[in-house]
Parts: sequence; C-alpha cells; structure tokens
Amino acid sequence: MKTSEEVLANNLKSSNEILKINHLRTSFRIKDSYYDAVDDVSLSLKENEVLAIVGESGCGKSTLATSIVGLHNPLNTKVTGEILYNGSNIVKLKEDDLNKIRGNDIGFIFQDPLSALNPLMRIGDQIEESLFFHTKLDEQQRKKRVLELLDQVGIINPKRVARQFSHQLSGGMRQRVMIAIAIACKPKIMIADEPTTALDVTIQAQILDLLLDLQAETNAGIILITHDLGVVAEVADRVAVMYAGQIIEIASVQELFNNPKHPYTRSLLNSIPQVERESEKLEVIQGIVPTLTKLSKHGCRFSPRIPWIDESKHEKEPQLHEISPGHFVRCTCWKNFHFDGEKGGSHL
Amino acid sequence: MWKTIARRFLIMIPQLFVLSIFIFILAQFMPGDPFSGLITPQTDPNRIEELRELAGLNDPVYVQYWNWIVNMFQGDFGDSYTFKVSVASLIGDRGLNTLWLSLLSVFLVYLIAIPLGVIAGRYQNSLKDKTIVLYSFISYAIPTFVLGLIFVYVFGYKLQWFPTSGTKDVEEKAGTLGYYWSIIYHLLLPAITYAVLGTTAIIQYLRSEIIDAQLQDYVKTARSKGIPMKKVYSRHIFRNSLLPIAAFLGFTITGLLGGSFFIETIFGYPGMGKLFIDSIMARDYSVITTLIMLYGFLTLLGSLLSDIILSIVDPRIRIE
Repeated sequence: MKTSEEVLANNLKSSNEILKINHLRTSFRIKDSYYDAVDDVSLSLKENEVLAIVGESGCGKSTLATSIVGLHNPLNTKVTGEILYNGSNIVKLKEDDLNKIRGNDIGFIFQDPLSALNPLMRIGDQIEESLFFHTKLDEQQRKKRVLELLDQVGIINPKRVARQFSHQLSGGMRQRVMIAIAIACKPKIMIADEPTTALDVTIQAQILDLLLDLQAETNAGIILITHDLGVVAEVADRVAVMYAGQIIEIASVQELFNNPKHPYTRSLLNSIPQVERESEKLEVIQGIVPTLTKLSKHGCRFSPRIPWIDESKHEKEPQLHEISPGHFVRCTCWKNFHFDGEKGGSHL
Repeated sequence: MWKTIARRFLIMIPQLFVLSIFIFILAQFMPGDPFSGLITPQTDPNRIEELRELAGLNDPVYVQYWNWIVNMFQGDFGDSYTFKVSVASLIGDRGLNTLWLSLLSVFLVYLIAIPLGVIAGRYQNSLKDKTIVLYSFISYAIPTFVLGLIFVYVFGYKLQWFPTSGTKDVEEKAGTLGYYWSIIYHLLLPAITYAVLGTTAIIQYLRSEIIDAQLQDYVKTARSKGIPMKKVYSRHIFRNSLLPIAAFLGFTITGLLGGSFFIETIFGYPGMGKLFIDSIMARDYSVITTLIMLYGFLTLLGSLLSDIILSIVDPRIRIE
C-alpha cells in the first residue's frame, strides 16, 4: 500500500483527468433482447493514477475495459453513454477514428499472453505493427524502436527475442512482450485486464513493478482490472468495486481497505485467507454472481447473497452516495450489514 | 530435420514390404487370370496352359512373389497383358495425362474454394455465407458422373464449346503452340467438372477456421493495436486459418497421380483412374499390383510431405 504522503503528492501533481466515463452502458444481445453487462458506470481516470477495478468473474470488469476501446462486435453489442477522451466521445467514434486511438493513445494488456500473441508471427513483427500504423518511422527506425521497447520491458536479449515466436518464451517474457506492444506508441492510458492472473506469484510482482516503472516514465493513467485484492493493495491509487455490472463502491485504496462499507466489499475483503485467523474454514460469499439474463433490474443487486439482511434495509433504487470525500457507496444496506452469524448492529 | 526425413524414408521400406505381401496375396485371390477372358470355344486349352507356363503362373507362389519383387527393384514391372506394352511406359503415359488434369483441377479447386471459404467465414450467417454453404452442400451431394454427363451434353455436345474426349488434337504438330493449347483445351471441361465438385472440404475447413480465428485473443490484441479490420484479416486471421489446408497439401500433391475413374471415363480421357479400373476388369496383374504399390508409396510420401510443409508454415511444429 502506498503511504498517504505518496497519495497526496500523487493527487496534487495529477489532478487532470485524462479519461471520463459517464453513464456507460454496454449491452449484449442474447436471443432477441439486450442485457446490460455494464450498467450505468461513471468513472474518471487521472494522469499517473492506477485505478483498480475489482469484482468476481462475471461482474462486467472486462466488458467495461473492452468498451473503452470499442472492441465489441457492433452486431450484438450496444454501447451508450459517454467515454470522453481528449475532447471526443469514444462511444460515438467511427472505426477509423477509433483505430487512431487504439494502440496509440490507449494501450491494452490482456490476461493470457500465450493466447493474446499470434503464434505464427515473430515477436518483433507483432510489436512493430503498432508502430507501422501509428508512427511515421521508416522500417529501420521501427526495428530499432522494437529493440528499445523489448529492452525497456526488461528482456535480456532483445535481438534474439524479436526473432522468436511466442511459444518459445516463458509466461513472464510473453507478458513483457504484451506490455511492450501496449506501450509501443507511448499511450496516455494503459488498460491492463488481469495482467498477472496467468502468471506465477514471483513473476506477478515483477510485472506489476514493471508497469509502475513504465508509468513513472510516461505519466500514463492505468486501469487495472483484477480480482486479486493483494495486487490492488500493492499498486492501486483508487479502487472501484463492481458487482453485477454496477459500481457499488469506489474509494482511495487506503479508505477502501481500512474502511470498507458496502457488504460486497466487506465480504470480498473477508474472504481473503489470513494466517492469523484461527478458523480453518475459508470465508466465502454465499451464492453466485447472477447471470446477465437473470439479473433483476430493481433493488439492491447484492441482496440475494445476504438474505439475513432484511429487505427493508435496502434502497428501492440504490444510488451511489458520497459518504466521505471521494468515497462512494451504492445502496444504504451497508449501514445495517453484519456477517451471517454475527450479531446485527449498526456500523455507523 | 534431415535426419528425421531420412529415418522416415527408411521406415517406409518395411511398410512397403508388408504392403507388397498383401497386394500379392489379394492378387492371387482374384478369380481367373489374364487369359481367361481370351478363351473362346475355338481356343486350344493346351495353348492356354502353355501361355500360363510362359507367364510363370504355374510356379509356386513364393517363387512368383520373389520374381516380382526382384524385378520391381530392377525397375521391371512386367508387361501389361491388355495393352501389350511395359507397365512402366504405360503408367508413364497415363500418369502424365493424369498429372496435367489433376494439376489444373487442383488449381481450379483452390481458385474457387479459397475465396468462397474466406467470404463465407468472414461474413458468417450473411446471405453470401448461406449461398456459399448451400453451394458446397449441393456440390458435395451431386455424383461426379451426373454432373460430368450434364457438362458433356451441354458444353460439349449442345454448345460445342469443348471437345468431349481425348487428350489432344491429332492434327496439331508436337511442340507447336497450337499443340499445347489443344492439350489444355481438352483438359478444361474435365478439370472444371472436378473443381466444381471438389471444393466442399476446403470451403468448409476454411470457413470454420476463419470463424474460429476471429474469436481468438490474438485477433483482439491486433484490434487493440489499432490495426484496421482489413489488415487484421490479411495479417492475422487468413494466414492462421490456412494451416489445416497446408497440413493437407502433402496428400494433395501426391494425390495428383490418383486420377478419377468417373471423370476420365466420361470425358474419354486416358488417365490413371481409368487404367486402374480397366486393369482390374481385365485381371491385368502386373498393372494392378504396380499401381497399388505406387499409390501405397505415394500415400506414405504424402504424409511425410504434409509433416514437412506443416513444419515450415507453423513455427510451433518442428521436426526433431
């Protein structure tokens, strides 16, 4: 966790927002109706900030991330709302204009670098592609830049690796290559969709350090999608918790870990295994994330998973409330929440 | 890699040996012999017996087998009883005819199938796609001889656009431009017939590979780099989708000598397919056994060739 001075300094030097998302709604067509995978999400990202988005699988995190660069198939996806970047609304942009932003202003890092790299194309060529479409460098300059990039992401022998194929590299190396692709055109925003999930723990730390080092050089804003709260604690400045397509709590990382409010956030934190805890049982959250088609559009979406909390404690149409500066919580149920088996009581 | 290829060739020897025993035994089981078809009420049975003795058909089986193998190694495949020429020169002539026909056919198949497969895959579920899939099913369902006959009747007989039989015009002098054109001219109709019917597998393979490749993560990566969709298709999707077809290319190449009995019969084209069936009908042992040995060898070679081609186009596969 960063110290409060660091956060303060961060906030001071990077008060300028580079990305603003307003009321974003991404719906998928399933049979003949549309279902909202991302439901009215508003967020902002500042320069030099790491914004973590957490939640269980199926909460809409990745959909949110891919919506930002418009990667969905327009035939079965509807995106509404605003994604403001550099004065334009990405949602409304044509494919050609989007392509000028993708890879150039926004770099994307995917979860599994083995499947995210083309198995038949040399590593160097895959990095060079972004340079070819976004810069005016000639071939020689591009080749040189590819080697620089590989060096920058900590690859020992750039010349050799540039000629290799993805299956010849280790998992950590592959993810470094993915990062090199993402940063090739010095993007202002990096979106990392579970960048460390497919890697083992020691490599995870290296990759996260690399991301932060690169951020220090470029001042890019990073959106980090993850379900690993350990990673969040380590690198994030702010955290948005998503549940069933909505943001249910958003706060600075200290605030969220020290003073979590929403029952879902508290349950997530409670489910982290802890050495000190005596109980040998792993704490889990009852039930599962509702599937898109079975999602109730009214009431608190988390209420089915905390049935011991009376229905009257939830808001009818839960809204985000700012309970302290920068700390938003959806619904009012948090005021009366207690874990199952614990005594009920106010957490006010 | 060269070591492996050499080893694969060595392994072929016992495989071919086993094949030769099977062929020999099966040939022995065939009822009748090359002379039984020649018998008329006037034939002297002693004469037939004489011929059988001369042909070595009265020798013990193992002696016949041994002679066959030894001769084959010396490049002597015997003479054809029906055509009265050496099997080697017979297969040489027919093989060349078939090779030209197959080359043109396979070329036309790829020419038709690759664009159609690509369009069907890229515009999945569109009207174009549905039309192409319908075509591929219909062409798969039509028997070769039906379409062959229709083509001969319509384009050969009614419209008189194409010759209906033979391999070349006898009036053209060998070596002249007109001579080569007449060879190609005679190939066109049978090749088109073959191509129209032979595209199904490639269309369906390519279509499903492209549909599959579109959903791969590396395509998402490519799009996230800001590469225009057209380039994503040409640089990432198409190439990766062609792999299974490349994997089959070895068999396609060695299969060029196989020939098609129906096409060659309907278009009166003297090729390997027709030779094979005719030889079986005539109990022409030496031709049959040689052809089966040849096809066996080509199949083994095709599988090796496919492995080599795949190792060239797919960096993940290396022949160790």
